[in-house]
Amino acid sequence: MTVHHIVGASVPRKEGWDKVTGAARYVDDMVLPGMLYGATVRSTIARGKIRKITFGPDVAWNEYVVVSARDIPGKNCIALILDDQPCLASDSVNHPEEPILLLAHPDRHKLRKAVDAVAIEYEPLPPVHTIEDSERKSTIIWGADNTFKTFLVEKGDVDSVWKEAAHVVEGEYFTGAQEQLYIENNGVIAAYDAGHGVTVWGSLQCPYYVHKALMTLLALPEEKVRVVQMETGGAFGGKEEYPSMIAGHAALLAMKSGRPVKIIYDRTEDMVATTKRHPSRTRHRTAVSKEGKILGGKIEFTIDGGAYATLSSVVLSRGTIHAGGPYYWPSVRIRTKAVATNTPPHGAFRGFGAPQSLFAMERHMDRIAQVVGISPIEVRRRNFLKPGQTTTTQQVIREQIDLNHLLDRALELSDYAAKKKRFAEENKTATRKKGIGIAAFLHGAGFTGSGERYLNSLVAVEATADGNVRVLVSSAEFGQGTNTVLCQIAAEALGLPYESVAIAQPDTTVVPNSGPTVASRTAMIVGKLVQSAAQGIRQTVTKTELLSDGYTPQQFSDACREYTATHGALKSLARYEAPADVFWDDEKYRGEAYAAFAWAVYVAEVTVDLTTYGVTVDDFVALQEVGKVINPVLAAGQITGGVAQAIGFALYEKVVWQNGRMMNNQMTNYIMPTSVDLPPIRVFFEELGNVHGAHGAKGIGELPMDGPAPAIVNAVEDATGVPFCSIPLLPEELLDALGSESLEQDVSSLARGSA
Amino acid sequence: MNPPPEKTAKYEVSFTVNGEAKKVLAHPMERLLDVLRNDLGLTGTKEGCGEGECGSCCVLLDGMLVNSCLIPVAQANGVSVVTIEGMSAHNLMKPLQEAFLQCGGAQCGICTPGMILAAVHLLEKKPEPALADIQEGLAGNLCRCTGYMQIFEAIAHAARQRAAQ
Repeated sequence: MTVHHIVGASVPRKEGWDKVTGAARYVDDMVLPGMLYGATVRSTIARGKIRKITFGPDVAWNEYVVVSARDIPGKNCIALILDDQPCLASDSVNHPEEPILLLAHPDRHKLRKAVDAVAIEYEPLPPVHTIEDSERKSTIIWGADNTFKTFLVEKGDVDSVWKEAAHVVEGEYFTGAQEQLYIENNGVIAAYDAGHGVTVWGSLQCPYYVHKALMTLLALPEEKVRVVQMETGGAFGGKEEYPSMIAGHAALLAMKSGRPVKIIYDRTEDMVATTKRHPSRTRHRTAVSKEGKILGGKIEFTIDGGAYATLSSVVLSRGTIHAGGPYYWPSVRIRTKAVATNTPPHGAFRGFGAPQSLFAMERHMDRIAQVVGISPIEVRRRNFLKPGQTTTTQQVIREQIDLNHLLDRALELSDYAAKKKRFAEENKTATRKKGIGIAAFLHGAGFTGSGERYLNSLVAVEATADGNVRVLVSSAEFGQGTNTVLCQIAAEALGLPYESVAIAQPDTTVVPNSGPTVASRTAMIVGKLVQSAAQGIRQTVTKTELLSDGYTPQQFSDACREYTATHGALKSLARYEAPADVFWDDEKYRGEAYAAFAWAVYVAEVTVDLTTYGVTVDDFVALQEVGKVINPVLAAGQITGGVAQAIGFALYEKVVWQNGRMMNNQMTNYIMPTSVDLPPIRVFFEELGNVHGAHGAKGIGELPMDGPAPAIVNAVEDATGVPFCSIPLLPEELLDALGSESLEQDVSSLARGSA
Repeated sequence: MNPPPEKTAKYEVSFTVNGEAKKVLAHPMERLLDVLRNDLGLTGTKEGCGEGECGSCCVLLDGMLVNSCLIPVAQANGVSVVTIEGMSAHNLMKPLQEAFLQCGGAQCGICTPGMILAAVHLLEKKPEPALADIQEGLAGNLCRCTGYMQIFEAIAHAARQRAAQ
């Protein structure tokens, strides 16, 4: 008998038909009777005390609902980790665009003018706008020392390695802020009545984060807060923590007015006021043997967290753990910190600190190669982690990963050696210089260290009387394939067709808390729980006389009907249990950082045009080992999408800051890749399996964000000889570095031509 | 928030929407996008940027692919507007929708109605497009999820399906 596997098959997306017909319901598509529209009055300065608020004379204020911090029934904060971020500023502001007042009106066209008519007088205080200013501590803007969090990772005796080093290689690397730029802006609708409490429908990743934040803000018990995720038009981390803020705002307006309130940001408000990727600075000092082996090193990784702590400590953690890359460090000292500046808080964005520290690591490997006098390939080969060795946090690599094999295959797929040789020859005379670069990297799946233990996720699977199965999780679909992949896992576990399994809309009154939809954890952690809950259903029914193994879908549905008729609801729960061999020491930042890593080698081929100073990526090979690929088409879509976003991170997407405010807050002047800007992105998988994940799956969503930027900048160095160490790498930067040199060449070739 | 049309003179706009004659009372500078979504309940047309960059609000206006966020409704008087909801009978729709599902052309789905309209518009002009034609045909439609590869594939696939028929 052939077994038809659903896991591993490219079944169509669960909610796909609604999306391709335009029928899918996003929050802005929803209208409630009597609904008001809400808007936010925001700070125009970076830091200062609020002295006076005046409502201008040309607005009929009696038509508006106005909410200030005084209307908050609970604690004025967005409950997350440190609870330091106010929901509404009351006496002082700490970043531009900080929310101060909320307005609501039945006619949304009447909001802009009203927002503009509120005049706020400030007593300005000196702001801090860069990591360096923050570190100087001449102005303290947060806590005692402007520092949200520090980590120290120590392995071996790094102080003793310098004397035996043939080379000491130093480098400093920078990455800029990046806007998530989901195409659907942030938005929510809130409704309130005293009996049921508050209900929020929104575009969001983490229903229970919003639930927790609303309970704190509104002083409501658990059962008086309901959060429903609507179809969500992209998130990428940008709808991890911020929806708690906008949900709080809409809920406050709804409570005060007694009517439902919709707040939908327009693009500018979304870009200027909500979170972005943390800017970073990484310093490497590495002791290297004459053969190019890393003996040990010091890494300092610093991120700009913006004005409030929000998720910075967790972003810092992931950046810290990934800072050493996929290499063996006999000794290392990694000192990291997240500092405060007077910009809107930076937050979650695909990769979550890892793209920043890995950019530095992978640029630095090319620098080491150059100093030692070996190729970028060889330096990686000599330092790759091997099974049985330990990472920087002393996690033993138990997976049988062979990074040399991955590297070989990536080189072959990209025709690396031939191209490298050809480009070197052609570049001697060309004004369009070509280059090829690689990056090797890893990405940990799931929450860091003890995080999954604290989350303590719970999922349920239920079978109805008609034999249909429904997966109940708070894990949200926002394009990445949650609905589809979890249904595939449940169908496989139950031996049912994919079509027989549905997934509930995340609604905190219906689904248990399976944790936030972040950290590349859904397929691996939540998937495993769905698998075991589904198996629970199977066991329950087969334990009765109603069904025996080898059943058909019809027999299953008959059995469900009979079971529910006699026993009532058929529902199976599964709660996360930490694997016994996972040890993590939060104090020393040592141990098993992640239950599994995904591994990858990416190769970028670029052209640098010395006439326009533009860089184009001509070809891109993305090879990764991600455990079992549950849905090949969706998985490839995660990789191509992540690579595209990371090409933007490397070459296009620059946030222009002025006094802590994003000035280029439109799609017109913040440039993401279009359909004509991208190379063929060629995706390849290796499947090693993973004992901790559903059917051997690992996390996949964030991985492709990590490698492209360093691979591209390595390729640009290959093309131009200039070791750029800061991204985004715009034509302006290339002009600065190459302009005078190529201009001289042009002039001299002109002179030769005329002679 | 949109530029605030003051509650001055609303006027009656008559146009055809998805084959049906419609009359709407609106300020002349109201965006066609808002009239379609709020007055006519056609929420398949999405707002991404409000400034004509992202193409999520694409509709066909007398057969032209336009960004409805840039069209004052006054300009739509007397024209025929087709939104994603009005396309279901079009002979290219089913092949394109199925190809988007099969190839992974839709992820979060917010750009998808606009993408599909752009694809129909392209395939009507170029039934057998080369990759460069597809890239150019979608250059006014931004997608942040897919990196476009699977959208290109879906459109090429639909074109091949149709050619084979």
